[in-house]
Amino acid sequence: MADSGLARAWARLWPVLAVMGAVIAIWYAAAVGLNAPQVIERFARDKIQHTHTQLVEATWSMKRPLLPAPHQVAADLRQTIFDEPINTPQNLLFHTWSTSVTTLTGFVLGALLGILLGVMIVHLRTLERGVLPWIIASQAVPILAIAPIVIVIFGNLGLAGLAPKAFISMYLCFFPVTVAMVQGLRSAGVFERELLHTYAASANQSFWRLRLPSSLPFLMPSLRVGVSAALVGAIVAELPTGAQAGLGARLLAGSYYGNTAQIWSALLMAALLGLALNGVLSAVERQVLKPWRIAKK
Amino acid sequence: MNPSSLQKPSAPATESTSARAGLAVQVAGASVVFETHDGPVHALKNVSLDIAEGEFVSFIGPSGCGKTTLMRVIADLESLSSGTVLVNGASATEARQNGAYGYVFQAPALYPWRTVLRNVTLPLEIKGMGAAERKAVAMRQLENVGLAGFEGKFPWQLSGGMQQRVSIARALGFEPKILMMDEPFGALDEITRDRLNEQLLQLWAKERRTVIFVTHSIPEAAFLSSKIVVMSARPGRVVEVIESNLPANRTLDIRESPEFVDIAHRIRVALRQGESYDG
Repeated sequence: MADSGLARAWARLWPVLAVMGAVIAIWYAAAVGLNAPQVIERFARDKIQHTHTQLVEATWSMKRPLLPAPHQVAADLRQTIFDEPINTPQNLLFHTWSTSVTTLTGFVLGALLGILLGVMIVHLRTLERGVLPWIIASQAVPILAIAPIVIVIFGNLGLAGLAPKAFISMYLCFFPVTVAMVQGLRSAGVFERELLHTYAASANQSFWRLRLPSSLPFLMPSLRVGVSAALVGAIVAELPTGAQAGLGARLLAGSYYGNTAQIWSALLMAALLGLALNGVLSAVERQVLKPWRIAKK
Repeated sequence: MNPSSLQKPSAPATESTSARAGLAVQVAGASVVFETHDGPVHALKNVSLDIAEGEFVSFIGPSGCGKTTLMRVIADLESLSSGTVLVNGASATEARQNGAYGYVFQAPALYPWRTVLRNVTLPLEIKGMGAAERKAVAMRQLENVGLAGFEGKFPWQLSGGMQQRVSIARALGFEPKILMMDEPFGALDEITRDRLNEQLLQLWAKERRTVIFVTHSIPEAAFLSSKIVVMSARPGRVVEVIESNLPANRTLDIRESPEFVDIAHRIRVALRQGESYDG
């Protein structure tokens, strides 16, 4: 029993580990390739004779490498997570927390806005023709162009900090939710709808008992797309705010000072945060969509 | 409104538009025309039909003969282009709003996010029945269709035949006087279909509700019905109405009896007659 459980876990794990090993190997090789010109130049300047091994070792231990080796990123992660006081901007978790708060605020607002717009579009035909083109156009505008404008306008209104960042995060998040909601609210079959008609159910009763529940298989995956978009929005929003807090700020500061290890550890942290948020939503989704599990097969 | 419909109840029931006692459904001069790209299609043309309370009536005919349309008109799921329909003496819309009938579709149309019990309580919920009462009613109806003990399951955990039985329990939940079924067993295998036909007949014999049943199976119509309405396509119309009086407590064995064979034969002849109409 325990053996087969372990075997199954291993069967699921080894492809992930194999890919990870390959990525790390490629990473080390790329570090040699990208950093070698600088190292060779330095050796030449200092008139140092070097072997190939010395060259490779040097490319993996530069202070300001073009591409830091994995172990250098790991060292940076360890140092900025464990060695710095947690409530200071030197600690990576401080920035991760800031980005998480922005992402979650933006996500909740975006999901609510997305659901609300979807419901309104489905219930008011004129809204579909009047509002939908604007919603689609809104997504064609590059977020990088909008972010500074939002920050300036919110700043003039006396709103700094979370509000403008959460707004930008929401702006990226609501769209997939709206589209899924419109589709989901219309997904109920003819028989299912006519059934309620034979009961002379009110529009309100149809909404809560049929339309809304049948939209869930559409809504739940869109929330996962939405939370990833909210994270991107949060990081983008942190860029023009003056690089004070957040993973975006960390990325920007890293590139200002040529601290590539810091950029990479912020990137890894952002990826981990994205995975974690997705994981939580996947778990919620599995729970919510349990009754649909086999019905869809 | 026609003044004759206000006449004294003792007046002879010859006026077809007036409500007569003992009639569940009165259809008079009913026509339904669908506008399509290829011009108008007469789904129903000048159909008149009375269904008495407690009858088991089957509509049978080839596809496109308007049998489903006729039932949908009675259920107020489709509107008439001309003619009148009275259900329990009221208009089809009023009858629907008063919960005059329960409707069983071609597919079970169960809501996948609701358990079997909560699927059956759905109509009761909409009619505003209290939680405890609607649960009791639903449990009784589930027992009625032989599904006691399955109330906590989700639809996907049930076979197709069981799902359709849940939908019958749901249709019977608020005790409608009329049960309408649109090819309810069409998607099931013949063995399951036979068993459900027998159970349906037992249910009908016990409760004597009016049943309107759409089918394209001759044995099914002959076995179940007290009255068989044979219809024909292009335009949809009634070819013949066949009365049947097989014993109420019949089982599937009756299909070997000469009476059954005779009824099936008459249906087949009427269907063939309907085809030759077009010439």
